[in-house]
Amino acid sequence: MYAQMVKTDAKGVKTLEEMSPEERAFQERVDRGEKIEPKEWMPEGYRKTLVRQIGQHAHSEIVGQLPEGNWITRAPTLERKAILLAKVQDEAGHGLYLYCAAETLGVSRDELMEKLHNGSMKYSSIFNYPTLNWADIGAVGWLVDGAAIMNQVPLQRTSFGPYSRAMIRICKEESFHQRQGYDIMMKMAKGTPEQRAMAQDALNRFWYPSLMMFGPSDKDSVHSAQSIAWKIKINTNDELRQKFVDQTVPQAEYLGLTIPDDNLRWNEEKGGYDFSEPDWSEFFEVIAGNGPCNKERLGARVKAWEDGAWFREGLMAHAEKHGKRQAA
Amino acid sequence: MSSQWPLWEIFIRGQHGLNHRHVGSLHAPDAEMAIRNARDVYTRRNEGVSIWVVKSADITASSPSDKGPLFEPSNSKVYRHPTFFDIPEEVGHM
Ligand SMILES: [Fe+2]
Ligand SMILES: [Fe+2]
Repeated sequence: MYAQMVKTDAKGVKTLEEMSPEERAFQERVDRGEKIEPKEWMPEGYRKTLVRQIGQHAHSEIVGQLPEGNWITRAPTLERKAILLAKVQDEAGHGLYLYCAAETLGVSRDELMEKLHNGSMKYSSIFNYPTLNWADIGAVGWLVDGAAIMNQVPLQRTSFGPYSRAMIRICKEESFHQRQGYDIMMKMAKGTPEQRAMAQDALNRFWYPSLMMFGPSDKDSVHSAQSIAWKIKINTNDELRQKFVDQTVPQAEYLGLTIPDDNLRWNEEKGGYDFSEPDWSEFFEVIAGNGPCNKERLGARVKAWEDGAWFREGLMAHAEKHGKRQAA
Repeated sequence: MSSQWPLWEIFIRGQHGLNHRHVGSLHAPDAEMAIRNARDVYTRRNEGVSIWVVKSADITASSPSDKGPLFEPSNSKVYRHPTFFDIPEEVGHM
């Protein structure tokens, strides 16, 4: 998922009896499935948690353009290049929908940018891994967008109106992303022995980082329980990870590729696969800024922001001058 | 240091002759750029045939706390809905 380990500041979920009258009325609206709109009363914790979560989600869409953008100029055919360009442009759109949703909560775009650039806000750990060969672009669409879809589909029902509406728009566009990735994988898996090897190598490298996208097991997490009560999180991390594995294993089998997990096997009793957990120490290292590409990714964002400053300011100066002339 | 571009609300009329509908918002320095950006952000898949942009600051909204009194007058007038009236089946569709 694109928002991992979002803090809620909560010390535990309050019961209806422990809540103030305002809090209780709010919780009852959420429980009834009503949408909460920006100008309406909401607990401060709800507002802050949403800013963190939607902001992190938006940053992930924007930073997520970098590993794929890396291959636009090197796509194997003009058609693949046009498709990848359209896919990466969609991700820019997703970022913009989400930033606007966050801004309805009273935070400015500049503040969100500032916090991304100074490291106080995160983006998904997955985008700190490199895309080394063309099959990686297939694996990213198939697995990374596949995992994102797993998380985003239920979030269409989230309690905060602007977030829910952004998710609905995004989900409409995501299935193209996953299919174009799987299409690349099919081509590679049915290609030359070298291409098959590249496809297998891409799966080997992206499998565990994709499982990490859902975040650590959250059975006992206070944050998770509060977020679920507020309906800004719909499923637990483990539920979504299980669904993702169950969905992906047959897709890998179709490709004739092997999931890099010796413990992977069907469990009749639970009606799902048993599988190995990713290496969580690696996850925490990546989150802390020590993944293979953290510096490069953040560096590219800061550079784009700084190099574009004269242009943003120039357009604003032009608009102000022009506006004055019209008013006169 | 940085002067953030103002926020614009975007309205799009779809293919089928319906009203312009609010689709979201974006930042742009002026109206012309807002329309260009709206094309890229909100109509990448032929979603529209016409775009309106309005500065968010120019929109006056009803206040959520007035929701009760503001909409109350229509609450009590159930006879405005056709289902209020029972028409015998023999009369046929009406
Ligand atoms: Fe996306
Ligand atoms: Fe995507």
